[in-house]
Amino acid sequence: MLAWTIYITFIGVLVLMLLPRDNARAARIVALLTAIAGCVVAFVGAIQQANPGDVTTIVKVPWIPSIGANYYLASDGISLVLVVLTGLAAVSGILFSWNIEKRTKEFFAFYLALIGGVYGVFLSFDLLLLFVFYELTIIPKYFLIARWGSTRKEYGAMKLALYSFVGSHLVLIGLIAAWVVAKGQLGHASLDLIELSKVAFPIAFQHWVFPLVFVGFAILAGMWPFHTWAPTGHVAAPTAGSMLLAGVVMKLGAYGCLRVAMVLFPEGVREWQWAIAALAVAGIIYGAGVALVQRDFKFVIGYSSVSHMGFVLLGLATLNTIGLDGAVLQMFSHGIIAGLLFGVVGRMVYDRTHTRDFNDLETMQLGKLIPFAGVTFVIAGIASMGLPGFSGFVAEFQVLMGAWTVFPKLTILSGVGILIGVAYTLRAVQKGFYSDAPPKAVDHEHPFEPITVAERFGAVMLIGASLVIGLFPGLLMNWIEPCFNSPLSMFARLLVKGGSQ
Amino acid sequence: MNTVNYLQILQLAAPETIVTLTVLVVLSADLTVLRGKSIAARFNVGALLAILGCVSAALLAFMRHTEANLFNGLLVVNPSSDFVKVAILALTVFTILISTSGKFTDHVGEYLSLILLGTIGLMFLVSTEDLLMVFIALEFASLALYILTAFNKHNEKSAEAALKYFLFGGMSAAFLLFGFSLLYGISGSTNLREIAIGIVGKGFDPLLLVALVTTVIGFGFKVAAVPFHLWAPDAYEGAPTPSAAFIGSGSKVASFYILAKIFTLGFVGVEGSAVWHGYLSGWMPVVAIVAALSMVLGNLTAIVQLSAKRMLAYSAIAHAGYMLLGVLSNTPASASAMMFYVITYALTTIGAFGVVSVVEEATGGDAIKNFAGLSKRAPGLSLCLMIFLLSLGGIPPLAGFIGKFFLFSAVVSVGSNLGLLWLVILAIAMSAVSFYYYLRVLKAAYVEDATADAPAIKVPLLTFLALALLALLVILFGVAPGLLTQFL
Repeated sequence: MLAWTIYITFIGVLVLMLLPRDNARAARIVALLTAIAGCVVAFVGAIQQANPGDVTTIVKVPWIPSIGANYYLASDGISLVLVVLTGLAAVSGILFSWNIEKRTKEFFAFYLALIGGVYGVFLSFDLLLLFVFYELTIIPKYFLIARWGSTRKEYGAMKLALYSFVGSHLVLIGLIAAWVVAKGQLGHASLDLIELSKVAFPIAFQHWVFPLVFVGFAILAGMWPFHTWAPTGHVAAPTAGSMLLAGVVMKLGAYGCLRVAMVLFPEGVREWQWAIAALAVAGIIYGAGVALVQRDFKFVIGYSSVSHMGFVLLGLATLNTIGLDGAVLQMFSHGIIAGLLFGVVGRMVYDRTHTRDFNDLETMQLGKLIPFAGVTFVIAGIASMGLPGFSGFVAEFQVLMGAWTVFPKLTILSGVGILIGVAYTLRAVQKGFYSDAPPKAVDHEHPFEPITVAERFGAVMLIGASLVIGLFPGLLMNWIEPCFNSPLSMFARLLVKGGSQ
Repeated sequence: MNTVNYLQILQLAAPETIVTLTVLVVLSADLTVLRGKSIAARFNVGALLAILGCVSAALLAFMRHTEANLFNGLLVVNPSSDFVKVAILALTVFTILISTSGKFTDHVGEYLSLILLGTIGLMFLVSTEDLLMVFIALEFASLALYILTAFNKHNEKSAEAALKYFLFGGMSAAFLLFGFSLLYGISGSTNLREIAIGIVGKGFDPLLLVALVTTVIGFGFKVAAVPFHLWAPDAYEGAPTPSAAFIGSGSKVASFYILAKIFTLGFVGVEGSAVWHGYLSGWMPVVAIVAALSMVLGNLTAIVQLSAKRMLAYSAIAHAGYMLLGVLSNTPASASAMMFYVITYALTTIGAFGVVSVVEEATGGDAIKNFAGLSKRAPGLSLCLMIFLLSLGGIPPLAGFIGKFFLFSAVVSVGSNLGLLWLVILAIAMSAVSFYYYLRVLKAAYVEDATADAPAIKVPLLTFLALALLALLVILFGVAPGLLTQFL
């Protein structure tokens, strides 16, 4: 059932390509219907899955027997969480880009192609298939930004594409090396993730291959110091582009770190655990600190994404159940909240005021002119700061609890990051919406277009998702926890202290 | 005493014979019936005849399952060489299809028959295990290619390119012949398998080393590997685009097939080793150096090119580097991975040149800026271009990606300690670089806008069908590589 998320989305791309060139309205509706269908399938499929702790095979047929590749789609609790996130992000992104007028059908075709690739990554349990879907997302990302973006779009797009490509090539080197070694041990070629997760790769091999693969994926997760594509890419992207970049594309990276790098090379993780945690905390503090001094509204959110993704990486580095639970939950939570923040800044504010400079925004009193945007941003800001009641709190709290037992000093440092997070969020709320600077004369001839129904729907949907998970985290934890708790799961090797005896 | 059975020769060389007859038919049709007709009509009828000939030759080669070895390796027919012939014929058909809209010449019959003559040379090249025959076939094919390069008589660059190609080619032939003569002197035979027996136990004497290096130099010129690549960018740029496509595709497939054969059959026992920290002198380290240089220089130089054809030329140099990795790994798996890579690369490259030739006709040049706004002026064409370039860049699920995966995993599998991983790391790093310059062309096509008054580009139907079919094959071989690997 879940496989249909992928198929429906790509069918949507084909339908869009066949539409007449100038019918923007039809393109929007097709895109929205496709995204909603994908989202519904994701929800229903996820709820139907009986044992989220086990890997449930969706389809497994031989693909390229000579190298052991299968067309193998499956899901466990972690896939479910991320597939649902993708569904939500896809729908809200379309709602927030309802006003795209320039080459609408191509925009949504690239948009859906990206979404289809993302669904594919989260559901692939064959290493080659996962890699194929992972690379498939690079091209749509590039064109979405370069064609429909704003500030320095061609630079931002090329930077993002090259970073992604370099990252995926690091992964490819590790993947080929692992394939060869595994072939020697298993006696046959295999790219099956579950089978490979049982192979004991030589420890010296793991020590050098792990960082290669992990960094390759972590580049896309915005790990400091390889994060620099993220702020420029987010800022250059069109609203829906930034929402997807922060919402799901950065999760692709984190997911790859967990599902491929860490599962295949548990000894490698243990060797590099400290380095990952240190880089994660550096990202948390650096991202927050830089966000505090930005003049461009979107850069604030861009750097805050780097900071929040630091928590995901910190959670991964803990190698204990609670930290990993928190990391996965934080992927979901950040996907929702960052999407909302970018939606407010890119669509509600920038598309109306045509500026993101705080010095200009301060004189506009946006809180009064477009109150819905102001209120939405305040709520999103609260969620982003990690106040109880929203998903961010549950997630970051668990990450910190998990980290405390392993790296107490780093955990305290990351607390500083949270404090700065409060500061930059409040600063953005104040400067962006509720400034007491003397207002410029309001142009009553051309008032801002009121907030559209589509935007309202999108905002309410995302706030609702964050709130529901904040109040009832069990809904997702029931999917995530069994994955790490079961002694039979592919993550078991990762959690056992002392490793692969 | 061997009696020569001419009927048997004719039977074994039936595909080549059919193509030869086709040459005569095409030439005489163009001289008699088609005389005075428009160039387009002559091209269409001539191409139809040529394609009919190629297709029937290919069908014949594909259907028969003959194993034969005539005159001590002079003419060798087996399913593998037959399949390579099919591939070469298919590439010829595509080359002819993208030439049909050409306006660079009014000697249609001669042009088409030269392409076919080149094809015959390449077909003989892949069905021999004898150095003498290798040399004759190679020169036969090359002569056709030199003339094809010079075929645009209105363009000075075409003449310059051909002269350069000819001089370099002549020099490389001299090197090759010198090397072959030394091999004959050392081993007493021109047959590859007998050479291998002849050099066993002689150790690494200096003469053998010279023979080895000159052979690498000779073939290095043919496949445009660094540092013997200097002719390639000029030849690709100056030649009529379909000729460049032919040089970059069919000729490449045949050259790599025979290169691998010479090294694996002829130089047994002097392989040496190119593994990290395990260097042993022999032909492998020589090829490894040439491969590494080609990958690095080809990719880095391609970045700064302004002309699409020069960019494709440097990318061809880079790809020759990847393919050489398949040669130097010298295992059955790497040989079949290399052939998969070469064939899919050749298909892709014809496609890319086909798009360039249409753009060139419409905009008057092949500079990358001439591609601006192509997605609006010719949406179907630019979609094909996107598929070809992304496949060259190694983006899944296209053939270029899966080819790289096959090739690199076969190379890394050599030996037990991942000894050749350093070459693969270099190759993968360089392929990440290559993505940039392919994306630059796509950026022009999809992101930049054409000047406001630029009209839609009318793509000739036959060319478009060929390009669409090529794009389909590139996707198909990427998604289901088994369709091709079963024959290799």
